[in-house]
Formats: sequence, structure tokens, C-alpha cells
Amino acid sequence: MKTKNIMSIVKLFAPILLLLSVPALAAQGLSSEVPTIDIKNGTASAIPITVVPFGFEGATLPPDTDVAGVVSGDLSRCGQFKALDKKDVIESPTRGKDIKFQTWNMLKQAYIVVGREIESPGGDVRVEFELFDVAKQQQLLGLAISSQKTGLRDVAHQVADLVYEKITGVRGAFWTRLAYVTSTGVGNNIQYALMVADSDGVNPQTVVRSREPLLSPAWSPDGHKLAYVSFERGNSSIYVQDIATGAREVVSSSKGINGAPSFSPDGSKLALTLSYGGSPDIYVMNLASREKVQLTKHFAIDTEATWMPDGQSLVFLSDRSGKPQLYQVPITGGDAARITFQGEYNANPSISYDGKHIAMVQGNGNVYRIAVLDRPTGESKAVSVGNLDEHPSFAPNGSMILYAATEGSRGVLYAVSADGRVRQRLVLADGDVREPAWSPFRQRGQ
Amino acid sequence: MKLPIRILLTAAVASATLVACSSNKPKPAPSSDTSTQTNTQSRDTGGKYTVESLDSDSCLRQRVVYFDFDRSEIKPEFQAQIACHAAYLRQFPGARVTLEGNADERGTREYNLGLGERRGNAVSSAVGAAGASSSQLNVVSYGEERPVCKDHGEPCWGKNRRVEIVYTAKQ
Repeated sequence: MKTKNIMSIVKLFAPILLLLSVPALAAQGLSSEVPTIDIKNGTASAIPITVVPFGFEGATLPPDTDVAGVVSGDLSRCGQFKALDKKDVIESPTRGKDIKFQTWNMLKQAYIVVGREIESPGGDVRVEFELFDVAKQQQLLGLAISSQKTGLRDVAHQVADLVYEKITGVRGAFWTRLAYVTSTGVGNNIQYALMVADSDGVNPQTVVRSREPLLSPAWSPDGHKLAYVSFERGNSSIYVQDIATGAREVVSSSKGINGAPSFSPDGSKLALTLSYGGSPDIYVMNLASREKVQLTKHFAIDTEATWMPDGQSLVFLSDRSGKPQLYQVPITGGDAARITFQGEYNANPSISYDGKHIAMVQGNGNVYRIAVLDRPTGESKAVSVGNLDEHPSFAPNGSMILYAATEGSRGVLYAVSADGRVRQRLVLADGDVREPAWSPFRQRGQ
Repeated sequence: MKLPIRILLTAAVASATLVACSSNKPKPAPSSDTSTQTNTQSRDTGGKYTVESLDSDSCLRQRVVYFDFDRSEIKPEFQAQIACHAAYLRQFPGARVTLEGNADERGTREYNLGLGERRGNAVSSAVGAAGASSSQLNVVSYGEERPVCKDHGEPCWGKNRRVEIVYTAKQ
């Protein structure tokens, strides 16, 4: 899953600074909702790292975005790092040659990141940064990324991704987005919204608002579109909407249920649940021709189909054995094979990029928690601790799982490391938040 | 589904429009059934209900059928309610109902869409079996999206596991 260009960049240690360009995203539709992040429990094995506040060199005022702060937040949030608190950063080098390694050794820091933002005459900002191993006093990364001033948060997330990958060997997933559904108000004034935000919950943008329920957002593999279920036509219907332009179309509005959309890995097809045949079954729609193929035919409830990464089979929920369990069926059709045998109730599959792990809702009695099924062994392990946890969604690098939990009368989002050791809560300022979906990796120039 | 409708259309052409419109039975025996239909009609218009009965009759005012957890069987205590709505629909063939299926918050949203539909279908079948025409019945599932209360416990869950009988046309 590592991109070749990142790997080649990493090999080019300073003084060569490589230029990456990031177009600024339009900051349209920004909401006033400000997320707060609670780190639920830290871990003793977290790697200590200092991200020194970046310097600024330019004729105008420094940008509002605290790049180092965003990088620190990302690294701390994932649980594998412990970023030094800003108030404890007692020296402020902005270049590698100015780092006094003795100071950071004394503060027991394993790594240090320094950097500066250099304003060009045209108004763009070039962010240069360096990562050092403190003990070895060795430079590990020396890179530069250029952007418009308004795109600095995106640059910061990319810096965090590069630092994360250099140290852990796994591609970072901070420069990604989250889709989720909010509901606000009560009774007749209830209002639903499908939102998209950065992976840290900042920059929430409204994709669509509705007075009727919205659910099951699913990302297209290129990250440009969302499929979702809306009741705004009275019955459930499936929409596909372009996030940037807002243009959308109804792709399914059959009699009965139109639910659980899921894009194929190549983006050409949509798996969905339709019940016009008498009971909910899994279908695969060719998005260009809108032709549908029925994949399951059973009087039970078959729904929540999710593609395996190779696009050759689907994992879905069926209660054909009496209670919901997960099954796998080839896209060419044929018999479905049951794949979950632990837990009374297994649902909501989200599959890791390598297909080896399936995050799901596991119910026992009245307790519903997120569990991760290890495909090679068939063992599953709970990674959440709530009573009504649902809708798990793997980060594109498989390191974390986003899910919805219920606290009192409201829904909140949590992210948990794939091993279940570190959890953090992502709370939006108001309303009920649910149905999270982690985006694919973003591509530069997007 | 289509056969009875075709038969009724034939009846409408063959006999008085009034008869065809007011006796929209789902299981008319073909052709030789005219007398049965007439009998049924005269019994119904014999005055059991008026449109106002929907607001005044104690049975017709009951419009919610409740279910056990993860089940869609109709419990005996709701049979009377099913029967009176079926009788009303039989008497007023122009009346239409939407059966809105709902589930409690336990389980996933998409599964609960299926469960709500299963409950709606169960009520639809029962009302149909008691004499309403399938063309009068529409099922929509809201899953767990339209709870009547939001507490986490059986007293609230029990209220949310329901099918609401909603009249979209009264006559």
C-alpha cells in the first residue's frame, strides 16, 4: 500500500528538499461545529516525539494554521506516539543544524521534527521539515511541500503521514477524510446531515441535509463520491453524490428497501440491498449501465454487503441461520459460506486493505461491541467497550477503526487502534453523530 | 398479486361500477361469484363503520402493533386490531394504509431496515388475510430511524418495535 513516490522521497535525505504541490481545497460550507478529541487511554509503549513549532519566513502575517500543532495532534491521536506538550518544548530550532540534541535527549525524546514555512512572492507557502533520530543525531527525512496558505492543514496531515511512515514502516492515514451522519433537533424539527471532515474532525462540510433519515455513507475508491441511503422520497433510496460539486443522482429507488451501498474496488459497480423480490437480497449494479445482477436469493435478511479488496467476492450479513452472521459469496454467484462462528450476532463488516481482518459489530445479549475477526485463524476479539457500538470502518492503512458509540442520549464517534489498545473519542459540538466511514487514501493533486 | 386485480377489472366491466368499486375483495371466486360479492357488500354497508369511525371507534383508533425482540410474529392481543382495520378497508375499498415497520436500536441500522420490513409485511399479510385488498396496503420500513423514545432499556425498546398503521386515504 506504500506509494512508490513517497518511498523514493524518503531515500533522498537532505540537503535535497523535494517539492510536492498541494492545491488548496475550497473552504466552502464550513460549519461552526468544532470537534474536541479526548484521548481515552494512552499506552506506555507510545514513542516520544517532539514537533517544534515551525518558523515563518515571509513579508506578510504568518498563517493561522499551526502546522506543528496539527502534526503533534495526529501523531498523538493514533496512540503509537506521545507528542511532547507544546509548553514543554523549551527550545525552538527551525532547522536541523540548530538542534541541540542534548536537550531532547534529556527530555527522553526519541524523535524530533523541525520545520519552517517560507512564503513565496506569489503568496504560496513552502513548508520545509526535517525528522531526526535524537539518540543517533541522524536525519531521517528532509522534505518540502508547497501549498496555498489555505491548504496548510492538508500539508500538516501529509507531514504527519510521512513521519509516521518513516518511523513505523506503514503508510500514514492522517491525510484522509471521514464521512458521518448527524441528527439535530427533536420531533418534527429533526434535521439530518451527511458530513465530511478531515481525519481529525476539523473542517466539517455538509454534503447533504435532509429532514428524513440518512444512513450508510460509502466512499467511492477515488474519494470523490459518496453513496448513501436517504428517506427524503418517503421510502429508502440510494443516491450517489459528487462531494466537490454536490451533483447527485438516484441510482436505486425500487419498491421496498434500497439499502447498504458499497462501491467495488474499481469503482465501476455498486453492491446494494433490495427487497422488491420479497425479502432483502444482495445485488450488484453496474453503475454505467445500471444493470443489476442478483447475488443472493434467500427468504432471510441479506444485507450490508462489502467488497473484498480483490473485488472477487463480497462479505455480507444474513440471518438465514436464525441470527445475523457474516457470509462470503463470490461475485460470480453460487453458494454463500458462513465465516463467523463466535458471538450470537455479527454484522456491519468493514474489511482491512489486505483482506486479513474484518471489523464488525458483535452482539451478545444486549451488548453490541466492535470486534475484529482474524481471517487466517477465524478468531475474533472485541476492541470496544460500549454497549451499543456500531458501524466500524477501517482506516485505509488498517491501523485504526472508526466506529459509532452511544453515550446517554447521543451518538459519538470513537477511533480505536486495530489491536484495541488505544481508543479516542471524537465529539462534535452538538447533535447525534453516527454512521462513520473512513475515506480511501487521498492522492496528491486531488 | 396481479390475478385478483384483473378479475376485479373484469367484474367492473361486466357489472355495475358501484359493485366493483365497493367490494374489492382479494379472493373473489371467479365469474360465478357475483352473489357472494353482493352479500359481502350488503353486510358491510349494513353500517358497521363510517369514515368517522376511524376517530371514534375504540378498535380502529388502535393503530400500532408491537413485537418481541427480533421477531415479526403478530401476537394474539393484536388480532382484534388487525381484524377491525381489515373490516374497515373491506368496507371502504378506496381507503389506503401504509404499514410503517420499525425496530428498536439494538442491532445494525441496515439489518433493522430488513427487520422493520419483515414486521410490516407480517401486518400486511394478516390484514390481507382478514379481507383487505393488497392494493390497499403499502409497506415501508424505517428500521431504527424513527424511534418514539430514545432511552436504552426494554420499556423504551418495546415501544419502538412496532408497525404503525397509517391511513393515507380514508375512503
